[in-house]
Amino acid sequence: MKIYVLVKEVPDTYGDRKLDLETGLADRAAGEVVLDEITERALEVALSYADKNPGTEVVSLSMAPASATASVRRSLAIGAGSAVHVVDEELRGADLTLTAEVLAAAIRRGEPDLVITGNLSTDGVGGVIPAMLAEHLGYAQATALSAVEIGEGQLTGTRAGDAGAQDVTVPLPAVISITEALPDARFPNFKGIMAAKKKPLEVLSLADLGVSADPAVAPRTIMTSVAEKPARAAGVKITDEGDAAAQLVEFLAQNRLV
Amino acid sequence: MAYPEKSILVLVDVDPSGDAASSTAALLGAASTIGAPVALVVGGSQAATDAAAAAGAQVVLTAAGDASSLTVPVVDALQAAYRQVQPDAVLISNSIAGRDVAGRFAVREKLALAVDVVGVSRDDEGVTAQHSVYGGSYLTDSAPTFGAPVITVRQGAVDARAEAVASPVVEELSVTASGAAAATAGEIAAEAKTSSRPELRGATRVVSGGRGLGSKEKFVLVEQLADALGAAVGASRAAVDAGYIPYAHQVGQTGVSVSPQLYVALGISGAIQHRAGMQTAKTIVAINKDGDAPIFDVADFGIVGDVFTVVPQLIEALEARKK
Ligand SMILES: Cc1cc2nc3c(=O)[nH]c(=O)nc-3n(C[C@H](O)[C@H](O)[C@H](O)COP(=O)(O)OP(=O)(O)OC[C@H]3O[C@@H](n4cnc5c(N)ncnc54)[C@H](O)[C@@H]3O)c2cc1C
Ligand SMILES: Nc1ncnc2c1ncn2[C@@H]1O[C@H](COP(=O)(O)O)[C@@H](O)[C@H]1O
Repeated sequence: MKIYVLVKEVPDTYGDRKLDLETGLADRAAGEVVLDEITERALEVALSYADKNPGTEVVSLSMAPASATASVRRSLAIGAGSAVHVVDEELRGADLTLTAEVLAAAIRRGEPDLVITGNLSTDGVGGVIPAMLAEHLGYAQATALSAVEIGEGQLTGTRAGDAGAQDVTVPLPAVISITEALPDARFPNFKGIMAAKKKPLEVLSLADLGVSADPAVAPRTIMTSVAEKPARAAGVKITDEGDAAAQLVEFLAQNRLV
Repeated sequence: MAYPEKSILVLVDVDPSGDAASSTAALLGAASTIGAPVALVVGGSQAATDAAAAAGAQVVLTAAGDASSLTVPVVDALQAAYRQVQPDAVLISNSIAGRDVAGRFAVREKLALAVDVVGVSRDDEGVTAQHSVYGGSYLTDSAPTFGAPVITVRQGAVDARAEAVASPVVEELSVTASGAAAATAGEIAAEAKTSSRPELRGATRVVSGGRGLGSKEKFVLVEQLADALGAAVGASRAAVDAGYIPYAHQVGQTGVSVSPQLYVALGISGAIQHRAGMQTAKTIVAINKDGDAPIFDVADFGIVGDVFTVVPQLIEALEARKK
């Protein structure tokens, strides 16, 4: 079994996240960057299967600027056997369409049985990449899985859908996305960090993948304006001395909220 | 047949009973501000068709679909509808099901994709979309470089509503199955709904509870205050992780984004990931026993106090006012 896990570097949500008001792109210098937690959980799904099934190949794949090498290495330290990092200046500000095309081309080279992604990224919150990949690759798809059982030639799981949970069965090869209901990733230990230095990390360009970023080839979504909303200011803060509830009702009444 | 000029194709989400999902009115409302709404209902009942017309669809296209197969049958139907109608844009709900269809469809028809938009408009060059990013800290506009865009609309974000269409044109679509590989799906175990309580997405009032509630049993206090205010119930991720309430109620970065008139946070610290889903609320009220909790930085009215003391008094005072 060969599993590709899509890991993504994102601005740390615990810090300040900024958009460059000129370009509309994420200002990567504004705060820390981390591997998106949900993509670490996706890696954990693959690794816990590999623990029980020797011979499983787990490859992490990321499309990110050259500065993301440390995050890609982290996926190796956690336990992926090898990594693929797609880097190209022309991918700066890539929209969903181009991102999906690039990731699909990289996956196609590896011909995995299974592709695991997170259901939503914390920066883009698009939640469409997995479905786009499935269409590109001609794979079946099952998104928003809160439980996963990888079997022979197929995968079963629980889909946490809009109207409630349902059991799903997907023939392999497939693309799945998982939710944060699945366990957190194991922490990279010293042995893992040392081993990661020797694991293969392949860096690919658009030319290597045969993908063109030429805007004339396909329609793209472009950002036409960016504006920052003023931060909220704190209002009244009282300490309860027995009449806080009454004061709150008064506040709500004044604001026509009751 | 001929379709209206400036058609906007709207994919109506259908719930497990075959009814049109609650996102329908806003989707058709948004469509009506940029063109003539044409609805596509896949696997819906007559009631779903009627609901689409009542929400402003001038034409309703229907297709049988197949609920036992995930996503692909809906994409096939949407592709047939798109080719037939040749709309200026395709609007889809930013639900889990909607996003899957939008992603596959945009790739299949090679169209630009804009997701989680909070508004749509039209200029000389075509349809544009508005986004609220990084938890509402920024507002951005996007546009396709060319062609009709596929747009997913955040639930509860659009207030525009279209006038009901009394006698819509209803047409059954003929769909050729693509044969693309698909997952098979079982029955949906619908969450038991408290019919009187509003849905979280798009609610005008929300009362949310966090880890501070301490247990599933005590979380009932959140529901009681919600009922006293006629509000929907939300939660922090810590409350969801602790099993106080299902994930569907999670507000924040990786949960639902809400922009209600009133947001009440009970026993929630106000971690940045939680604030990302609620800081665009008009008025924020917080009750927390830790005076340094970051939720107070965004609260219009903060009470440093114990929820188990303050909230019962609050409910009593609210009930007293009603009499
Ligand atoms: C990638 C990522 C995504 C995330 N996404 C989300 C998300 O979508 N939504 C979300 O909410 N979180 C999210 N989180 C988690 C977030 O960081 C916090 O851990 C979480 O919001 C904390 O929930 P809480 O405020 O209920 O719990 P705590 O931080 O434990 O706060 C509990 C609060 O209750 C107060 N309290 C305790 N007892 C009482 C009492 N009797 N009366 C009054 N107050 C009391 C305490 O003072 C404390 O402030 C995410 C984290 C990451 C890393
Ligand atoms: N640039 C990227 N590199 C690798 N994986 C990605 C990238 N963008 C998105 N993904 C994957 O797709 C999932 C959903 O992302 P999104 O559709 O952007 O919300 C993420 O959790 C990742 O697993």
